[in-house]
Amino acid sequence: MSDTSISRTAAKGSAQPFSLVRLLLEGRAFFALIAIVAVFSYLSPNYLTVSNLLIMASHVAIYGILAIGMLLVILNGGIDLSVGSVLALCGVLAGAMMQGIELPTFGVILFPPVWAVVVLTCAIGGLVGALNGALIAWFKVPAFVATLGVMYVARGVALLQTNGLTYNNLSGRPELGNTGFDWLGFNRLAGIPISVVVLATIAVLTGLMLSRSSFGRWLYASGGNERAADLSGVPVKRVKITVYTISGILAAVAGLVLSSQLTSAGPTAGTTYELTAIAAVVIGGAALTGGRGTVRGTMLGAFVIGFLSDGLVIIGVSSYWQTVFTGAVIVLAVLMNSIQYGKGGRKS
Amino acid sequence: MTGTPAAKPDTAEVVLAARNVAKSYGQIHALKGVNFDIHRGQVTTLFGENGAGKSTLMKILSGVIQPTSGEIMLDGQPVAFTNSTEARDRGISIIHQELSLAPNLSVRDNIFMGREIKGPMGVDFAEEERQVRKLLEELEEDIDPLTPVEELRLGQQQIVEIARALSVDSRILIMDEPTSALSATEVEVLFKVIRDLTAKGVSIVYISHHLEEALQITNHAVVLRDGTMTAYAPRAEIDLEWIVRNMVGENYDLGSPPGGYDFGKVALSLREVTVADPKGGDYNVVDKLSLDVRAGEVVCIYGLMGAGRTELLETVAGRLRSSGGEVVLEGKEVSHLSIAERIARGLALVPEDRQRDGLVQTMTVGQNLSLASIAAFTKGLFTQRKAEQALIDRTIKEVTVKTSGGGAAIGSLSGGNQQKVVIGKMLATQPKVIMLDEPSRGIDIGAKAEVFRLLAEGAKRGLAVVYSTSEVGECLSIAHRIIVMHKGRISAEFDSTVTKEQIMAASGESVAA
Ligand SMILES: Nc1ncnc2c1ncn2[C@@H]1O[C@H](COP(=O)(O)OP(=O)(O)OP(=O)(O)O)[C@@H](O)[C@H]1O
Ligand SMILES: [Mg+2]
Repeated sequence: MSDTSISRTAAKGSAQPFSLVRLLLEGRAFFALIAIVAVFSYLSPNYLTVSNLLIMASHVAIYGILAIGMLLVILNGGIDLSVGSVLALCGVLAGAMMQGIELPTFGVILFPPVWAVVVLTCAIGGLVGALNGALIAWFKVPAFVATLGVMYVARGVALLQTNGLTYNNLSGRPELGNTGFDWLGFNRLAGIPISVVVLATIAVLTGLMLSRSSFGRWLYASGGNERAADLSGVPVKRVKITVYTISGILAAVAGLVLSSQLTSAGPTAGTTYELTAIAAVVIGGAALTGGRGTVRGTMLGAFVIGFLSDGLVIIGVSSYWQTVFTGAVIVLAVLMNSIQYGKGGRKS
Repeated sequence: MTGTPAAKPDTAEVVLAARNVAKSYGQIHALKGVNFDIHRGQVTTLFGENGAGKSTLMKILSGVIQPTSGEIMLDGQPVAFTNSTEARDRGISIIHQELSLAPNLSVRDNIFMGREIKGPMGVDFAEEERQVRKLLEELEEDIDPLTPVEELRLGQQQIVEIARALSVDSRILIMDEPTSALSATEVEVLFKVIRDLTAKGVSIVYISHHLEEALQITNHAVVLRDGTMTAYAPRAEIDLEWIVRNMVGENYDLGSPPGGYDFGKVALSLREVTVADPKGGDYNVVDKLSLDVRAGEVVCIYGLMGAGRTELLETVAGRLRSSGGEVVLEGKEVSHLSIAERIARGLALVPEDRQRDGLVQTMTVGQNLSLASIAAFTKGLFTQRKAEQALIDRTIKEVTVKTSGGGAAIGSLSGGNQQKVVIGKMLATQPKVIMLDEPSRGIDIGAKAEVFRLLAEGAKRGLAVVYSTSEVGECLSIAHRIIVMHKGRISAEFDSTVTKEQIMAASGESVAA
């Protein structure tokens, strides 16, 4: 991947050789992933097969997409607790559009084509994200509180919309011209699930944006020291609103992928997914205080969580134990991080 | 005792000493085998360029960091501190160069952080407050112990830092640039406190780039250069010239204002700029201030702390909102523009507080230097790496930052070199008007000369410079025109033939020194 080498040289300066310590630090999530794959392939012969890896990757896609949005917000020094609810809200609204939008005044039911459903859903996600951003940047509501509130509101609206029920048949009908919704969840491109392709595209684009665009620089700067960035001419408020908007859009994308994979959209989908996304970002080495973190790390974090929980399912561990293991891995990964940093700090 | 350049006419006993102390950070050798003595009841001053290793040595003596090799001797016995609390328990405390206060906590809580006074019911806040009041009284500073530190101006924060070190009752007190943000009066008070302390037998180590000031108080002078001790002498044998010669090897003259050309049109014009107190007081920190600065002109704004200089400059830069008046840049009103737009039009501010307003600690030296000029090396969607690297390399050379390269972490630079990064960042935007708020904080005499040279060269090419300082000497060596600010207004205006005394009198300062 080309953006790997770019971000490395940009951070270290082209004159310096690749440092081993840095590799180990960054590689933490990578080694965890290798260990997970090794252990589970030993325990189950089905684990390390191409088809299983692809299935697991398509599960990771959901968390992964959310985690990239979360990474941007965390780089900015914020947090977005609303993504799980926005995912559900967007899924439900997409479902509703697939079932037809009734316009009583005209006595017609509109069946928008799938591409329009996708665009509208992303727009709704973006709007909710922009609302988060505006609350935080303009009205100075702390990010935790603003997104917590929006988390409840979005979940509530999703429940209201369906009356607590789930939209089931989302495949559309040929005579209405709105088939194809399951394409996202079921089709493959050169054997790779579409959801994984979507994740990879978003990851590469975000990676490029962070390492090469001026927006990326603005984001790192305003997350590291907002006052200094502001005085250097960085439009800190615009950056803030933009990252929450992107996070909202990505939550909508994740909602579309999820309801397409399940061919149903329920208002309780994605509960606690925001926490999984935060965990992926943190395992990936980002600092919750802002200014530090990479897409590469976050992707590894998402894969660690996804491959672990699917592995536990495959070897037949009860779902209660799964929760325990996932929690332990999160703490362990971050613990290793602080031990390594701590040692360095004391020595220097 | 080995390796000391001059024979020591020791009169007072050595309480704390470093023996062959070395410290390396990977390839960087910050200290290369240094011997250093602290005498009981005396002031030892450490001189040296930015990055010479002064702070590193002091951090080692106070247990903040550990030496790579060498020994620390306390009262003749070797000791090895593993942290600063251990050193504090043995009577050694330090005032750090970079402030280490918790901004959200009150003055009282900062001073007693980690050593709260226990009463029968938890912390005895009343007793703490009483002690803080007494300390601040001693320092002749009018600060309420319950104010959150973030509401204090930089100089007052520095006073709090000093008060915290004094509150420990240590017998060895290390002061790493304690006066960089203090006014002349505050320095006088601090010196009185230092004299009282030494009379009581407390030993002091003092570091400052204000050389004349340090000479007033010191008993011994030690010069560090590139991690080695190059000279040692008692006060009686040294003068300013001796220090500078040993520090940098040549003598610097900060010179006189650039001349031999005519000023251009008015570049920056302030018309009745008024700024209400940002903390909500019912007075104006800047009061109907009008000022014209022409292209090529260097205007110095002199004033005491709290005269409204920082607020004025921040308003012109776009950080603070003015409550009245106009800011006109090259004939165009810019009051409604954002900071970014003002920078793009050539109006740049070098802020006073480098930690809070100048640097992004999570970014590298290079990324900090290029932060304000991103647009200059962005083509289409992407930043151009080569162009950025060229800009970084050029700026590092221009402002003489001592670093292993643009990729180094900003925290690995010495205090003065961090300051140079803040200056370099704004100079790299190629401004037409540059405003500098106390830019010489913590930079050594050579770097100061370099910055003055850069400003002078810029001025000759038509750069308008607004230079805010509380050091009269700086005004005299750079400015064509000197404005004295007092309580938000211009209280006097001089040309470069003025004397120090006249300027100080106009600022409302007692000319005691
Ligand atoms: N954590 C670190 N990592 C790498 N290098 C460091 C670190 N801390 C200090 N240095 C290097 O050690 C050298 C000495 O730094 P030090 O802070 O002691 O200088 P100083 O004499 O206090 O300078 P100043 O007058 O600017 O405060 C510098 O070259 C600096 O870059
Ligand atoms: Mg220093």
